Amino acid sequence: MKSRIAALAASMSVALLTSLPATAADYVIDTKNAHASITFRIKHLGFSWLTGRFNKFSGNFTFDEKNPDASKVKVEIDTASVDTNHAERDKHLRAADLLATDEFPTATFESTSVKAEGSDKAKITGNLTLHGVTKEITIDAERIGGGKDPWGGYRDGFVGTTELTLADFGIKRDLGPAAKTVELELNIEGIRQ
Amino acid sequence: MLVRDTSGGYGIVSRLFHWLMAIAIIAMFVLGVWMVGLDYYSPYYNSAPDIHRSVGMLLLFALIVRWLWRAVNVKPSDAELSPVEKTAARAVHWGFYLLLLALLVSGYLISTAGGEPISVFGWFNVPSIFQMRGLESRAGYVHKILAYGVIALAAVHTLAALKHHYVDKTAILKRMWSGPPNS
Repeated sequence: MKSRIAALAASMSVALLTSLPATAADYVIDTKNAHASITFRIKHLGFSWLTGRFNKFSGNFTFDEKNPDASKVKVEIDTASVDTNHAERDKHLRAADLLATDEFPTATFESTSVKAEGSDKAKITGNLTLHGVTKEITIDAERIGGGKDPWGGYRDGFVGTTELTLADFGIKRDLGPAAKTVELELNIEGIRQ
Repeated sequence: MLVRDTSGGYGIVSRLFHWLMAIAIIAMFVLGVWMVGLDYYSPYYNSAPDIHRSVGMLLLFALIVRWLWRAVNVKPSDAELSPVEKTAARAVHWGFYLLLLALLVSGYLISTAGGEPISVFGWFNVPSIFQMRGLESRAGYVHKILAYGVIALAAVHTLAALKHHYVDKTAILKRMWSGPPNS
């Protein structure tokens, strides 16, 4: 009995000790109340920017202000939720020659390393799986702000941008020489759990 | 020339409906299959779907008016047909109405699911009645299947008409071309 209590106390103290240095908090991206968005833009004929967004996605991240390099982020995107404010174009974007959303309904990004640059910027490297192709990409991230929200929670928010070459992800549809790449912008606000 | 249908055959209105819609439906099928494969830089990338949408809306009105016209006219006799053929003919004819209605409505929904109207050759707009996110893709899937269904039914209909004309040697095909005797 005595030894069991000692073992319990030991395991508890181990748990306590191991949890102490890791102060990185877990956050869930606030997609529920839409304080997050994934938008993209691509040049139309080289004449203008066509913008669109993915309406459905979810994700979480860990973040420690004192040790930002330990941060992690994971986002899952419902590719069929693509929205360019034009139903027929959205239908085409979902079709087999572009996003092929029936075959590849989910796109995911999972970070592998975070390198802080200065006080509020970072390079987030990770694997993006899009159109069934997984490729390493780097996101330029910037911390916008964080702190207590007025409703008893704690939030941190970031913006990240990156540029993708469509052909790298096996999207072969030719949209013209000015539309080989697409710029992505991720605005994420996380609620600390 | 008779305007209305009689028990002996079809008047000019029914015959025009039949042949003009037959031509339009086959042309729309060819146009549809061709236009979805167009390159983004094709000069027809925008105009071909515009024509397809416009003709589609005209066909939807034509289908409704044709059905009403059929409802207020005498049905030409099908006494020459066997009981099986009568049932088959009725099934094919009703199949056309139902499939075409669903085909035309699904096409309408592709273009209007986001709230945009369809401009019919710039003459007038058909407004969007029903909006739903993602509906355009589902309607598109249905539209494609129904289009092949209509063409399959048209093939059955054509083979049956040729059989009545060449094998049975009845006036079924002829009366759709030249109308009822004046009596």
